[in-house]
Amino acid sequence: MFSLLFRTATRFLFPLMIVFSIFVLFRGHNAPGGGFIGGLVGAAGFALYIIAFGTEQARTAMRFSRRLYMAIGLTLMLGSGLVSLLAGDAFMTTQWYSIQIPVLGKLGTPAIFDTGVYLAVIGVTMIILMSLAED
Amino acid sequence: MNTLLALILIGFAVAALAVSVHKIFKAATPYILALYPLGLTVYFFSQLSAVHHHALQFQSSWVPSLGINFDFSLDGLSLLMALLVSGIGTFVVIYAGGYLHGDENLGKFYLFLLLFMSAMLGVVLADNIILLFIFWELTSISSFFLIGYKHKYEDSRDSALQALLITGAGGLALLAGLILLAQIAGTTQLSALIGQADIIQNHALYPVMLILVLAGAFTKSAQFPFHFWLPGAMAAPTPVSAYLHSATMVKAGIYLLARLHPALSGTPLWIGIVTTFGAFTMLMGGYLSWQKFDLKKILAYSTISALGTLTMLLGIGTKLAVETALTFLLAHSLYKGALFMLAGGIDHETGTRDVRILGGLRKTMPITFVATTIAILSMSGIPPLFGFVAKELVYDSTLHMDSAAWLTTAVAVLANIGMGAAGWIIIVKTFFGPEGDTPKHAHETPWTLWIGPVVLAGLSVLFGILPDIYGSGLLNDAFHVFFPDSDKHIHLALWHGFKTPLYLSIVTVLGAIGLYLVHERLLPVAERIDQISAIGPQNLYKRGIKALPVRANQVSHIIQNGKLRNYLLWTTVAGFVFFLLGLWYSDIPLTFRASFNFAPRYYEIGLSVMLMIAAIGAAASSSRMASIAFLGIVGYVIAVFYILFGAPDLAMTQFSIETLSVILLVLAIYKLPRFAGVSTKLEHRRDAIVSAIMGAMVTLMIIAATSFPLESRLSPFFSENTYILAKGHNVVNVILVDFRGMDTMGEVAVLVIAALGAYALTKLVPQKEGN
Repeated sequence: MFSLLFRTATRFLFPLMIVFSIFVLFRGHNAPGGGFIGGLVGAAGFALYIIAFGTEQARTAMRFSRRLYMAIGLTLMLGSGLVSLLAGDAFMTTQWYSIQIPVLGKLGTPAIFDTGVYLAVIGVTMIILMSLAED
Repeated sequence: MNTLLALILIGFAVAALAVSVHKIFKAATPYILALYPLGLTVYFFSQLSAVHHHALQFQSSWVPSLGINFDFSLDGLSLLMALLVSGIGTFVVIYAGGYLHGDENLGKFYLFLLLFMSAMLGVVLADNIILLFIFWELTSISSFFLIGYKHKYEDSRDSALQALLITGAGGLALLAGLILLAQIAGTTQLSALIGQADIIQNHALYPVMLILVLAGAFTKSAQFPFHFWLPGAMAAPTPVSAYLHSATMVKAGIYLLARLHPALSGTPLWIGIVTTFGAFTMLMGGYLSWQKFDLKKILAYSTISALGTLTMLLGIGTKLAVETALTFLLAHSLYKGALFMLAGGIDHETGTRDVRILGGLRKTMPITFVATTIAILSMSGIPPLFGFVAKELVYDSTLHMDSAAWLTTAVAVLANIGMGAAGWIIIVKTFFGPEGDTPKHAHETPWTLWIGPVVLAGLSVLFGILPDIYGSGLLNDAFHVFFPDSDKHIHLALWHGFKTPLYLSIVTVLGAIGLYLVHERLLPVAERIDQISAIGPQNLYKRGIKALPVRANQVSHIIQNGKLRNYLLWTTVAGFVFFLLGLWYSDIPLTFRASFNFAPRYYEIGLSVMLMIAAIGAAASSSRMASIAFLGIVGYVIAVFYILFGAPDLAMTQFSIETLSVILLVLAIYKLPRFAGVSTKLEHRRDAIVSAIMGAMVTLMIIAATSFPLESRLSPFFSENTYILAKGHNVVNVILVDFRGMDTMGEVAVLVIAALGAYALTKLVPQKEGN
């Protein structure tokens, strides 16, 4: 399906959606949003890309394999839970650090956990979408 | 410092390194790896005096909220078992190096062998019910890999699966039993059970719990009717048979019975079941052992008989019987471990284990001959060997039973006559007579193959001649685990004087010789009797294993016949049935709450109407594209409802999911053939009914849910603590990533698995259809 209008619009919309998805991811702690929603928004961005440019292009746009998204996502989730073991707490006890990061705010393991959710959701959605979109 | 946990973890680490060690050090591997069990043996020996007065406790927490902890305890009973595991383990590791010399997979073999060793140590040292169960299952799994080591042979694979299925099924029963036990006793600590005996035995669920626990112990220790996996397990390499299937793993069930003895024993149910099954297994093993021609099969059936003896003794449960059980356990491990290794050595050097082919090895394999003879004499209960001490005690125990003493004694004598005859068959047929026409020309085994059995046979002599000095110190400590308040001190003796047990021993020996002399003439008779085994447990198992995939296929064809509609039909109807059952047995009042204020606003009514029209449209439309659009409308309207009722997170998720679903469905449509009505009118009506059922179920669920008071403890907890405990303002997100983070992780893992499944399904489209 070729449409110049759609493709041109996608070129502007796609990066915006990805940035927006990351914004949704990080605002989730205090306002509606979070890793799951962020991941879905990001996946919607990639879905737009698939419709406009085809799966091959979308694959390039994703840079890494979808399996890697899922694997890194799950690893981050598990890893954020393991951090507390080093501190001597039970598995998955939230750890907070006093470091302030500009824009994002405080650093703690929930942010890592939610980033893991975000990446895994993108990987999952794109694997299913692309499997169907491919011939 | 949790020394025992560290020792077990080191074992797992050594197991993990075994493959690399074998790659680097090749032929030196057995000696390097044997350092681990050797170190364990030294450590456990050094603790002999420490456990003399009280058990050593080692505790670390794991999941304290569920009562699952790395609690270990070292008392006389654990120490006896641990010494057997590590001591015989040392010899087996060295033996395996000689037996599997040049095998390229030796590293993998050691991996599983050491995995087993650590797991078995865990079983005998664990002081926590659940921890014990975990190690218990690990021994079953490592046993599976070891039996199936020669995985290119179908026989090996079948035997491995058979052993795993039987011990695994028993393991499930055991888990249920142990959880019940923990619930009844109110503790998961094994050493705390002993004081709860009255509470446990008077509990209404005691019989259920006991039967479940016994199912676990009986499957593991090869008691009738689960015994048949053990002869099958002889498909394993001989070091495994010597170690797992005679000296250690099959004793795990016995160990469990012994460990739970103070808490569970003494009831008529315990005495009835455990004694009867033990005695029957003992008799059956003794009866079958002299009918086999394969050295390992003969030993396997005599092992079953010995395990039956041990079970029976623990069933009787008197002080004398427990003393006997401990003595017999040690004696049996010494001679049977040796005999298996010797049989393996004979197999290794001659190429056969068939007593009809073997012969005259006494000159060519003198060391093996002497060691085998000593071990067999110990097995047959001939003085001055340790087996004699144990056998005298067995007769003494059965004679002193409260009821059925003479019957049980007769059974014990008969079983021992059978085993004795099997012993004569091994000695005479293998070592005397003309030299057999064996596949390989026989000569003595290398030292690695005889060192273990020679030491074990030597111990049988030593403990026999000096039972009270060397044999009973540890046994006494083990005995006091059963009877902590008893001031009895175990005194083993070779000579008890001219009493009934001695006469019974003489009868046994003479009977065994007599049976040996006529056994060839009895074989045809025995074969005819064996025909009743056509209805025996092994054949039931075989038929069950064959029928299972066939039946499963039939069921799958009904429930999952390839039509999605059919899947939905079964899921919906089954779900509805279970839902109704749940509703029936719960006390949920199906009424709208009185305070439920039903006053919809005009836009809510409008949205609801829209929702209904879209739903009907989706079902009635004859175009797929239109159906998808209608479904999209349904989803978006629901999202709007979420916004109206103050759930922005849900609404955002719903919008994103709805968008992606529409894209997904549109993409899927391309792959489908043109829309065609394939259902008959009758099927349409059926589907309408199923849809109505689904609707009814959801409606009932909503009514049921609103029947409860809306105030709960959870909502205020989360809204109050979200910021205090988790430093976030968004309650939904904080629940997802913090309070219930473990759930989220599980859910995402499920999503990933589903995605991989979807990927595999779409890529598995049959090629011939030209996709």
